[in-house]
Amino acid sequence: MEAITGNLDLWGQAILNTVWLFLGGGIIALILGTLIGAMRVSPVPIARAVGTGYVNLIRNTPLTLVFFFFVFGYPKLDLPDLSFMTLGIAALGIYTATYVAEVLRAGFNTVPVGQAEAARAVGLSFGQVMMLVIMPQAFRSVVPPMMSVFIALLKNTTVAAGFSIAELAALRATIADSNRPGSMMEILLWVALVFIVLVLGLSALQRHFENKWRIAR
Amino acid sequence: MTGASVLYDVPGPRAVLRNRILGVITVVVVLVVVGFIVYRFQATGQFDATRWNVFTYTLVWQSILRALWATVSAFLAAAVGSLILGFILAMGRLSEHAWLRQPVMVITELLRAVPVLVMMMIFFYGVNSIPGIPFKMTAYMAVVVGLVLYNGSVLAEALRAGIEALPKGQKEAGYAIGLRKSGVMTLILLPQAVRAMLPVIVAQLVVTLKDTALGFIITYPELLYYAKFLSSQQGRPLLQAGIVIGAIYIAMCLVLSAAANWLEIRTRRSPKLRNHVPFGGGYPRIHEGATVTEVIAAQKSTGRLDDR
Repeated sequence: MEAITGNLDLWGQAILNTVWLFLGGGIIALILGTLIGAMRVSPVPIARAVGTGYVNLIRNTPLTLVFFFFVFGYPKLDLPDLSFMTLGIAALGIYTATYVAEVLRAGFNTVPVGQAEAARAVGLSFGQVMMLVIMPQAFRSVVPPMMSVFIALLKNTTVAAGFSIAELAALRATIADSNRPGSMMEILLWVALVFIVLVLGLSALQRHFENKWRIAR
Repeated sequence: MTGASVLYDVPGPRAVLRNRILGVITVVVVLVVVGFIVYRFQATGQFDATRWNVFTYTLVWQSILRALWATVSAFLAAAVGSLILGFILAMGRLSEHAWLRQPVMVITELLRAVPVLVMMMIFFYGVNSIPGIPFKMTAYMAVVVGLVLYNGSVLAEALRAGIEALPKGQKEAGYAIGLRKSGVMTLILLPQAVRAMLPVIVAQLVVTLKDTALGFIITYPELLYYAKFLSSQQGRPLLQAGIVIGAIYIAMCLVLSAAANWLEIRTRRSPKLRNHVPFGGGYPRIHEGATVTEVIAAQKSTGRLDDR
């Protein structure tokens, strides 16, 4: 217990940084991922090729290497100074965007073509087809896998520990280096517990949505 | 792709023009982004010969090969270990005995919820910091154990899903011809489930390969660790080392991903699995681009929808 009560300030800071990485990375991933996903299903062949290239390149690169390029590589290019935190958020966002794009693409593909064909046949415009017919159906099959992507993002924030960002997984080093109370094992087990609670919470939410929006066909 | 899609109709003259303009815009944007990065590389002298010089030494490439082996050996050990653990946990979760099933379920859920890196840290820093333990965990062992525990639990879930998605009649027929529980499992259920789940299993192995790079953070001397080391050598080739090592990672993952894709296509074409859709199915579109009619025609030929 001493490992927590003796280091309350550090725990607060670490959890805050983890949440920042999660939210920042999540927002970038959603925006960029939607763009890439749209490119991958667009009628423009070049846009499809670019989207596919991006997804294949980033998906086959370890996240640690993406962090390596952003946190260590970026400062070498003499661009405006950014904090490690900002660069870490960018790395997480760009990595997770590929998964968001794939989930969206798969979601659109679950909607039967006949649905859109029927909608166009009765004279709905592109916007109406999307808003009234396709989106409501695609949304249901997108939400559960999208939650999985965000659960993975939450767990991936720990990679930032190797890149001088003081989040939860870096707590062990911070506490051990500054002679604070608590052994490494204790702290790591507490960190694991925090993640278990967060991840199981998100999984419960995911199951709830899944049951609520199950598609009856 | 003939243009039939959920999202858009076969384009007419105006749409063709618009698509061309969008195509040009895409090319311009990509060129600007790539061009800017290349310009920054050029401006900060990243293309100078001195920065790439280290890669002309045989010794450096020998070290890269050693680091590559460190990555690959950790991956192979983790892959074998997680497959074994995956089978054990899947069998446990499917057990008829609640005293076995429930603890295994809790363990699988817990292992899946802990980030791999935290798991590796627990086995490296955590275990080694316990006073008076008789052995010492090496970084290699920590990487492998962390990967095995995490990926084993993920594979267990995939296998379980594969077995539960099989038609109930398979199991019943097995019992009816007098097989025991073990016989039904090993002779009837597992071969089908493994076959159907092979793409998922290989895809998970790609994840395992990528996650070996986490060993960098707990100082396991694998590829990325060596890239960091190179960046302190003459010429400080940090970005260059990143690019070379990155290319090696991407090549390895692409080979595994290609295997996964090939398996998936083969699985889809296999007549033995035509009637078996993992994950309980949903909408019966075989692949993107296929229409429902095509699917129905395909199913008709295998006698699934013979009432039409």
